[in-house]
Amino acid sequence: MTEHISVMVNGRVHEADVEPRLLLVHFLRDVLGLTGTNIGCDTSQCGACTIHLNGLAVKSCTTLAVQADGGEVTTIEGLARNGQLHPMQQAFWDLHGLQCGYCTPGMIMAAVKLVENKPHPSEADIRHGLEGNLCRCTGYQNIVAAVQHAAAQM
Amino acid sequence: MASRIFGSGIKRREDPRLITGQAKYTDDLTLPGMAYMVVVRSPHAHARIQSIDTSMAAMMPGVLGVFTGQAMQAAGFGNIPCAWVVPGSNTKTPAYPPIAIERVRYVGNAVAVVVATDRYRARDAAEAVRVEYEPLPAVANPYQAVQAGAPQLHDDAPDNLCFHWQVSGGDVDAAFSSAEVVVKDKIINQRLIPTAMEPRAALAQYNSAMNEVTLWVTSQNPHIARFLLSLDTGIPEHKIRVIAPEVGGGFGSKIPHYPEDAMVIFAAKMLNRPVKWTETRSENYLATIHGRDHVQEVEMAAMSDGRIVGLRGKVWANLGAYLSTASTGVPTILHGLMLSGCYDIPNIHEDVYGTFTNTTPVDAYRGAGRPEATFIVERLVDLVAQALQMDPAEVRRKNFISPFDNGHTVATGLIYDTGNYHGALDKALAMADYPAMRQRQTERRAQGKLVGIGFCSYAEICGLGPSQVAGAVGFGGGLWESAIVRFYPSGKVNVMVGVSPHGQGEETTFAQIVADELGVAVDDVEVLHGDTDQTPMGWGTYGSRTTAVGSGAMMAAIKKIKEKAKIVAAHLLEAAVEDIEYSDGKFYVKGSPGKAKTIQDIALMANVAWNMPAGVEPGLEASAFFDPPNFVYPFGTHIAQVEVDRETGAVSLQRYIAVDDCGRVINPMIVQGQIHGGIVQGVGQALWEEAVYDENGQLLTGSMMDYALPRADTFPQFELAMTETPTNVNPLGVKGIGETGTIASTAAVYNAVMDALAPLGVKELNMPLTAERVWRAMQG
Repeated sequence: MTEHISVMVNGRVHEADVEPRLLLVHFLRDVLGLTGTNIGCDTSQCGACTIHLNGLAVKSCTTLAVQADGGEVTTIEGLARNGQLHPMQQAFWDLHGLQCGYCTPGMIMAAVKLVENKPHPSEADIRHGLEGNLCRCTGYQNIVAAVQHAAAQM
Repeated sequence: MASRIFGSGIKRREDPRLITGQAKYTDDLTLPGMAYMVVVRSPHAHARIQSIDTSMAAMMPGVLGVFTGQAMQAAGFGNIPCAWVVPGSNTKTPAYPPIAIERVRYVGNAVAVVVATDRYRARDAAEAVRVEYEPLPAVANPYQAVQAGAPQLHDDAPDNLCFHWQVSGGDVDAAFSSAEVVVKDKIINQRLIPTAMEPRAALAQYNSAMNEVTLWVTSQNPHIARFLLSLDTGIPEHKIRVIAPEVGGGFGSKIPHYPEDAMVIFAAKMLNRPVKWTETRSENYLATIHGRDHVQEVEMAAMSDGRIVGLRGKVWANLGAYLSTASTGVPTILHGLMLSGCYDIPNIHEDVYGTFTNTTPVDAYRGAGRPEATFIVERLVDLVAQALQMDPAEVRRKNFISPFDNGHTVATGLIYDTGNYHGALDKALAMADYPAMRQRQTERRAQGKLVGIGFCSYAEICGLGPSQVAGAVGFGGGLWESAIVRFYPSGKVNVMVGVSPHGQGEETTFAQIVADELGVAVDDVEVLHGDTDQTPMGWGTYGSRTTAVGSGAMMAAIKKIKEKAKIVAAHLLEAAVEDIEYSDGKFYVKGSPGKAKTIQDIALMANVAWNMPAGVEPGLEASAFFDPPNFVYPFGTHIAQVEVDRETGAVSLQRYIAVDDCGRVINPMIVQGQIHGGIVQGVGQALWEEAVYDENGQLLTGSMMDYALPRADTFPQFELAMTETPTNVNPLGVKGIGETGTIASTAAVYNAVMDALAPLGVKELNMPLTAERVWRAMQG
């Protein structure tokens, strides 16, 4: 049994017949080959799989692909425009906001929405806003600095 | 040496692929015809397998094969080898079949594998495998495991005792009988789950015509993986290619050779198509190694002036159900030998009992043995200070080993390389403005607030290590490193290294070294690692050894390149070799630097070889090995300030000061990043993290919902500084920095909380110091 879905991903429409149980993250990774979105847990705790769905930061490991039908998705691959890094990507690079990089796509996608929703976040706002995204490498200090820096550019 | 880039915090070259989603981790890889493997795991901590019925699973849609341990054994796959057996400890190494055959010994023990055309179908079929178990009594605690009447795991390890190892120096009994004060503690250094953000994964492609296999795997040490796979897969070492692509963190959990690595090869061989396995997080918490898990009874003897004269202890170290790759070395060599810390403790004795339990195997987790040692020493030093009503900083200062720059032997027999422990403490005290910090604590206490200040001064052993020592202590491999430096005609450089970084940034720092040493632009250097077919043999990335040992190999190769380049330059400049000088990428005749040949000129000539000196081979490439003469011993002092909420017991970390010394710093930005991350992992142990088993051996913290990981909102800005005491055991004077934060911060924060609770008379409290635990202790 499959469902037909049509999802705009990073500006392009993709049509597919998918099992209703297929997770959005597996649709992105296995069906579309967009492997930039990572899977770090199976309980919606870590945020590595965070993407944008219809303007919201969403954990794609606890969203079904069919829920994205007719919707608009942006993944880490679609964040840079015309070869220009998004200010958030640039800030993570400039301020050493990543080490192994596995949480990074989700962290960046969450941080972009955090700043869009609150353009001048305090350190406490950022720390609170990212509590749903886990990083085991950086100790968060440089992530916070990167988000602060990017917020000033966005 | 021209110092243009060494020491500067240039941005990481690894990052562009990571911030754009273009990096390829193991699970990102897909091969034509690839199938997916799912592992059926035991829900029992201890049970006899009565039967396994795979017939229903085998008939399910998309299923390509269902295999048991017997089938794997019949196909010639052997048991998982343990690669570290500590001599003199009568170590038992019971059989560790990759898939359990007669008995399961922990929740998560593999009992069968299912391979299907996609992830979902494989999982469906895994649920249809029917296994009948006869449950047996289980034991999870390392102390209880060796008590009379405990359930027995392995017939060839009576009383669940894997080993009894001792470390002894001086005359500890005499020290305790002559001491003026003795302090004791019982410490539970609790079990932790490493939780690298990327779960493990493995993808095998087998070529039956050639009996060759390629394994893409989440590994910190692909060359060790290949070596060990050659022992249990029956495929010879030279026919195995192991590739560690992008690896999303390890913290020790990706050192071991795991059963699943062999299983995917087995499945790929049986089905003659590529097979991939990717762990779920819940599976990771059961099937990937855990860390720490000691029960410790320890005591320290001192004189009334605060001078420490002895340390004595007994430790029951949990090894889990089977021996993982480096498991037995962690609570012995990497723990017991470090009990002198940064102090002159003339008399030391510890008994370590390694025990088998019905739990996930335990192996190296960030710090690996040193956090367990440092915590003992730093806790006892605080208790001495308390008993004598001395300032904890003063007791530390009084007992520090005096500054030394050419070796210092401690009672456990180790020879520390270089150290200046006073310098780090003084700097940390100055940053904290310690008298003012204590003054504010007094004021806050007067207002009824529970404020505490905690110290950890540490020295740690890393940069593993001299291979001769590795052999002497029973490690089943060497610990040297190798590197190939290769110039191309255009003057660009590839460096191939045996180490295998996975987030630590050595693609950048190693390029910085090469650029400085050979006078090429840093962007003209590419560092390649993580592929046994592409890189020379090396022992991998763990034990904070990558830079300390790996750069030594690179420096040796660079030296050979310079020597050859000098010969070619002399020929081109029509001068004698001994008249050629080198500086900053240029070779010239003494006194006439204007007429020089650049390293790029020489690389071109050596590669085209149109005009080489007689008898000199073409090419500009060198391969070198480096076996360090000693370990390196980074050190430092960390100070934590906490406040405990009187109503809830919640601990808030208010300030954290870290002064660390890792010798010379190649890239301060990267070094600071390592310290930040290390601190947070250590604080996680102090305050939140604990792998909890119930009395039946069920893991209660089996997912991220129950295992409390540090989050962004629970930390202040860390205040960092360095001192610089170069080592003399490698050419660049560099020590390791990957584990120091974790080694130091657990004890610093624990000591701070105990200091906060001191006015309430709280004396005993086990980690993690959750609000509930602290609140209960406060109620007396």
